[in-house]
Amino acid sequence: MLRHLGALGFLLFWLLAASGIYLYIRFDTSVAGAYNSIGELEWWFGGVLRSMHRYAADAFVIVVLAHLVRELLAGRFRGFRAFSWISGVPLLWLMYASGIVGYWLVWDTRAQFSALATAEWFYGAGLGVEPMARNFLGAEQISDRLFSLFVFLHIGLPLALLAGMWVHVQRLGQPATVMPRRLALGALGLLLALALALPVASQARWDPGAVPATVSVDWFMLFLHPLMYATSPALLWALVLGSTLLLAALPWLARKAPLPAAVVNLENCNGCGRCIADCPYEALVRRPDRRALVLADRCAACGICAGACPSATPFRRVTELVSGIDLPDFTVHDLRRQLQAALHTDPDRVVFRCEHAATPTAGGEIGLRCLAMLPPSFVEYALRRGARRVQAVGCPEGACKWRLGMDLCAERFAGTREPHLRANVRAEKMDDAYTFALR
Amino acid sequence: MKQALRIAAQFALYVPLMVLIGYFSSAPSFSPVGANEALLRLSFIHAAQRKAPCRERSAEELAKLAPNMRAALDCPRERAPLLVELELDGKVVLRREVQPAGLKGDGNATVYHRLPVPAGKHRVVVRLRDRPGEGFNYAREETIELAPGRVLLIDFVAAQGGFLFRG
Repeated sequence: MLRHLGALGFLLFWLLAASGIYLYIRFDTSVAGAYNSIGELEWWFGGVLRSMHRYAADAFVIVVLAHLVRELLAGRFRGFRAFSWISGVPLLWLMYASGIVGYWLVWDTRAQFSALATAEWFYGAGLGVEPMARNFLGAEQISDRLFSLFVFLHIGLPLALLAGMWVHVQRLGQPATVMPRRLALGALGLLLALALALPVASQARWDPGAVPATVSVDWFMLFLHPLMYATSPALLWALVLGSTLLLAALPWLARKAPLPAAVVNLENCNGCGRCIADCPYEALVRRPDRRALVLADRCAACGICAGACPSATPFRRVTELVSGIDLPDFTVHDLRRQLQAALHTDPDRVVFRCEHAATPTAGGEIGLRCLAMLPPSFVEYALRRGARRVQAVGCPEGACKWRLGMDLCAERFAGTREPHLRANVRAEKMDDAYTFALR
Repeated sequence: MKQALRIAAQFALYVPLMVLIGYFSSAPSFSPVGANEALLRLSFIHAAQRKAPCRERSAEELAKLAPNMRAALDCPRERAPLLVELELDGKVVLRREVQPAGLKGDGNATVYHRLPVPAGKHRVVVRLRDRPGEGFNYAREETIELAPGRVLLIDFVAAQGGFLFRG
């Protein structure tokens, strides 16, 4: 599941949207009717959907924060990934804003607590604006139009969140926004089980003349309110704005020198577009003449594009093998030279190994930045030049350093993606390693 | 076997997550005020008087102005700051000067203060100055009985004579 946190986030969002549409149909947007309309939901459908809506929102928070921590710990926030990282930061605000406003619609004492706490927090910003809390202080200040505003916010903010999520994945080639079916069904089934086992209930109806003695707080979504009362609105602002700025500035604060970006050799580029299709970070576009252009600031220098290039074949009878697209610090020519040396040293066993594989590259093996950097023709070349056994070892399943490397290899070696392994070579996969032999 | 292990591992990860969500989604509860406390809220929006009074323009001054700008009164825009003071059982618990909003300082001044108080009988005095000078020009004094969990809202509406106590 940890490998699918982003996709799980999308799944939970769609679940929230679907359950929210039904709840909206049943919801009465009036002061008099809002509370009752939620209480009148039939337990076996509307009630279950309401519980799933609430638990999915909490799960969404956990998944998004886990996604953030995972990317942070893996160092996937700087350089060519900075765009995805920075575009994810405002999504945190939108996620919490969407969820908090959703609580206000219920119009119970928890809504009262949350709305007033939010209003007091905004007033505490010291901007001299009219205190929003005045809208909630007495029955005469509260009108049905307030619910129109709540509904507008509870629909508008998630739509903005969705737009932000779309932007967030724009620099990813083939973004994984759909969960594998089994995992998705498992997640939905467990949320349903939770909704049936612990149905969500409203608290007492909102009473402007009272302050609830205890509030049943959703600590995933509403933790900011108790935190504010335990400290102060100003400190909470400092904490929230400080964290936001820190997260947004992280790509610059922890900057690392990037690897040299891939370079297109126009004389050898025929404009086939395979490199563009395979790039995991949308770092390649077409020139007006249809040949490839590298956007250097987006390039991960993973070498997958070089592995996709039809000109990167070692069978070419040229002294200096120049590919249509190549890494300046690790060219296809270097790869052919290393392969030739390995064939000379130990033709019994030629091993191509990804630098990020579970086992490090041993002496005599050929290290690659990504297994998908290996053009399949190199395997055939090794076998035809006398290698008795050729192996290619990549990252463990679902843990590819460059996102798509192992998936692309699987398709290329299975013959379903260009450039593919020729039919005279048989590939067998065992865990994260391929073994090849001539038929 | 491997597939079964994988499903079991997924289950082992999902179930505690659901338990975590189920629990922290509504527990532990939080008390915005103490068990035997009530809440006092002082909240109002008010435009204070101008810092300087309006002055009648002389005929010469009016003649110098464009015809469409010849207003008889010259009123400076800037308003005086509000000074608000809240006294509870003989002790001043809030004394705040609030500046008017706006770049020219000519807007409303807003006051919002939340104060948990022990439930029971209290002597509440609230005072306001909304003009230049010393002293307060609005005040109200009340003895109120607040039950636990109740809210007293102190509002200010000049057109209704000053402070309003809503409980």
